[in-house]
Amino acid sequence: MKPFLAATFAICATPVWAVEVTTLTSPGGINAWLVEEPSIPFTALEIRFRGGASLDADGKRGAINLMTGLLEEGAGDLDAQGFATAREDLAATFDFDVYDDALTISAQFLTENRDESMDLLRLALMVPSFDEPSIARVRGQVEGIIRSELNDPSDIASDAFSAMAFGAHPYGSSLNGTLESVASLTRDDLVAAKNAVIARDRLFVGAVGDITADELGVLLDDLLGGLPETGAPMPDHAGYAATGGVTVIDFETPQSVAIFGHEGIERDDDDFFPAYVMNEILGGRGLGSRLNTEVREKRGLTYGISSFLGPKDQGALVLGSVASSNDTIAEAIEVVTAEWAKMANEGVTQNELDKAKTYLTGAYPLRFDGNSTIANIMVGMQMTGLSPDYIRTRNDNINAVTLDDIKRVAKRVLRPDDLRFVVVGKPEGLSTAE
Amino acid sequence: MLRSIAALVLMALPLSAAPVTTYELDNGLEIVVIEDHRAPVVVHMLWYRAGAADETPGVSGIAHFLEHLLFKATDTLASGEFSEIVAANGGTDNAFTSQDTTAYHQRVAADRLGLMMQMEADRMRNIRLTEDDIITERQVILEERNQRTESSAGALFGEQRRAAQYLNHPYGIPVIGWKHEMEELSLEDALTFYRKYYAPNNAILIVAGDVQPDEVLALAKTHYGPLEPTVGLTRRDRVTEPPQIAERRITYADPRVSQPYVIRTYLAAERNPGAQEEAAALMMLSEILGGSGVTSVLGNKLTIETQQAVHASAFYSGTSLDKTTFGLIIVPTPDKTLEEAEAALDDAIAAFMEEGVDEAHLERIKRQVRAGQIYAEDNVGALARRYGTALTSGLTIADVDAWPDVIQAVTADDIMVAAAKVFDRTQAVTGYLTKPQEVTQ
Repeated sequence: MKPFLAATFAICATPVWAVEVTTLTSPGGINAWLVEEPSIPFTALEIRFRGGASLDADGKRGAINLMTGLLEEGAGDLDAQGFATAREDLAATFDFDVYDDALTISAQFLTENRDESMDLLRLALMVPSFDEPSIARVRGQVEGIIRSELNDPSDIASDAFSAMAFGAHPYGSSLNGTLESVASLTRDDLVAAKNAVIARDRLFVGAVGDITADELGVLLDDLLGGLPETGAPMPDHAGYAATGGVTVIDFETPQSVAIFGHEGIERDDDDFFPAYVMNEILGGRGLGSRLNTEVREKRGLTYGISSFLGPKDQGALVLGSVASSNDTIAEAIEVVTAEWAKMANEGVTQNELDKAKTYLTGAYPLRFDGNSTIANIMVGMQMTGLSPDYIRTRNDNINAVTLDDIKRVAKRVLRPDDLRFVVVGKPEGLSTAE
Repeated sequence: MLRSIAALVLMALPLSAAPVTTYELDNGLEIVVIEDHRAPVVVHMLWYRAGAADETPGVSGIAHFLEHLLFKATDTLASGEFSEIVAANGGTDNAFTSQDTTAYHQRVAADRLGLMMQMEADRMRNIRLTEDDIITERQVILEERNQRTESSAGALFGEQRRAAQYLNHPYGIPVIGWKHEMEELSLEDALTFYRKYYAPNNAILIVAGDVQPDEVLALAKTHYGPLEPTVGLTRRDRVTEPPQIAERRITYADPRVSQPYVIRTYLAAERNPGAQEEAAALMMLSEILGGSGVTSVLGNKLTIETQQAVHASAFYSGTSLDKTTFGLIIVPTPDKTLEEAEAALDDAIAAFMEEGVDEAHLERIKRQVRAGQIYAEDNVGALARRYGTALTSGLTIADVDAWPDVIQAVTADDIMVAAAKVFDRTQAVTGYLTKPQEVTQ
């Protein structure tokens, strides 16, 4: 009996290169993407639960983050040390992490003890202990991180920008929570946090390695089949609330840090590809971008400047960052604003577009390098709603972008008047202005 | 014309199942090829046996500054064109500088390897710098120092600790340079360093990925083969430390500190060619003391049993040309002073010296190290780095080859002997990072 459906797509982005993605549904109904790679005797497994830290209940900011940190601190009959010892005995690695839109689990385990490794991971997902000593210990670690962020110029700038952009929505505050909110979290809050996010109706799986589709199907049913069917409802759309202007936050440091941006473009927008190519030219990291050329190469005002599109599930931003000495940050900001306006008004040149296309299409196949990396890409594609076929068509989409597309999209997406700069430091010649 | 093929050694290293082949050109360029045919990608790295610790006094930061300047013009490329061509071929490129090496690397489709070699060979001997390059790029490295060091209390603290650790050896000087010396770095300073050290007989080429060794050799002969070596380049015999006979203690106070901590570093042996046993024992000591948050000796004792710390660990990096350090760190819970934290750390180490190594713990760590070799094969770029770091730290391929076995051979006794030797307070720097004391009005 063939226990589940499997379809295989041979994906060739260059004539010599093929990543063969198998999409499968386990006997128990769990969907996954797999690339079989038997040459190294281990498997990389990437699991995502959509919603992530944005599913924190009202007044419980930081609960999902703290809960995530406790998943490896004891489960079933094992206390924190017992769990860690068991994992070390198997030489498996489990990384639990959480972001605005997803709780992530990255596991690597050897073929020789795959079942035992998955039994242990299953314990962490099904029956984590959340015992009081571990809660106190991990809470202390999180509080340490929060205190550090309160003293870090980049974190201060990011948090202030997020708060202005998204207000009371979860995107508007750090997923770590505040010292007050974290101090008030109880064990019950952590159990509720787990039930909110770790559920089958928001599950995505990618696997690469020494495992067949049949084996993976059985593994996933054993590992994840017992999870609750549903979790908390997804958060609302995050309305963008910031306006154009400059916000200065006074902080004693020789170099100011600036975060800048405004509302962006959604991932499923028809113009996403032109916008993506446009940003690569404006402030991408792969090329000598306009921002890098003007601010670093020509004027020596910074070690690093970049911009990026930040389309999240519930709201999108165009963002950038730059750090420059207190006496030169004003000039850096002037240049950024001018470049923003220039691209919005004039678009890009044919030469720039050609170079960006060559870079982006050439770099894409190089991403598929390593089991963990490919598993990560596959799970990300599923969360974005892409099909395996996207790997084959993606470069065509890049190549189809025209100068006119970029001109249209630059006008629409880049809005110099809406640019909000949040500057942390002792910037000379800059003050808060609306 | 230079002819080639001095030596061909093919071996399946215990480090990795990936085949590794080595060659040396007549002009002295060493070549290491690591095969991984899973994806049509190649990592091309050129490592120079020249890092910050090879600078002459007074020009700290010149090795790193030169690394930035190598992205400017050559006889055949305009300023910035190197990276533009890499990007136009879909690749990425970068470079880094450490105390013992400067390395340049690109990651591209495997069929672009020849182009990378052509450009990398070109800038080994043919850069053309202008005064404008110096002025603008010097501002960039000063901003880099601002970003990495001046903006971080922890980074400034680390700089002061290392300066106190080394009484005479240049490891006490930061790689990025002291700010006041960076501000004065000149074109001539850069070229002096460049002409001496950027030569085929001072470089190691590492190519990792979907390539055949003989094809790499043929391309290397074409592009790197014609380069002239630097004549009279001698071994890197740097100044050495005098006997360290006095414990050093430093306190750095900075208003940006949110979480005070104590770090102590001890001067420690490094991996040496043919003699890696002590370094292996120290590496295992750091794993036993601090390898894991809850099962390590310090993590268990200080964060779980006595709950005096938010974090406690040990660290050691043995791949270094000259003497390295072994470190201990404790981040106390907010109700503890740094003095109490240091005492707790000392108590935990004293107890460990009494109780010794738990054999089951040691066996568990060895098993993880063996598994780590399997996981490491997934990242050929990281393997390439491992070879490059070792070879520019005075080690040989044979040492890299032997390292996994040396680690597996470490006994509990070896670890305790290494611990007793390294925990010598006269060779240690104990640092407190703290907020400034509050002044009452």
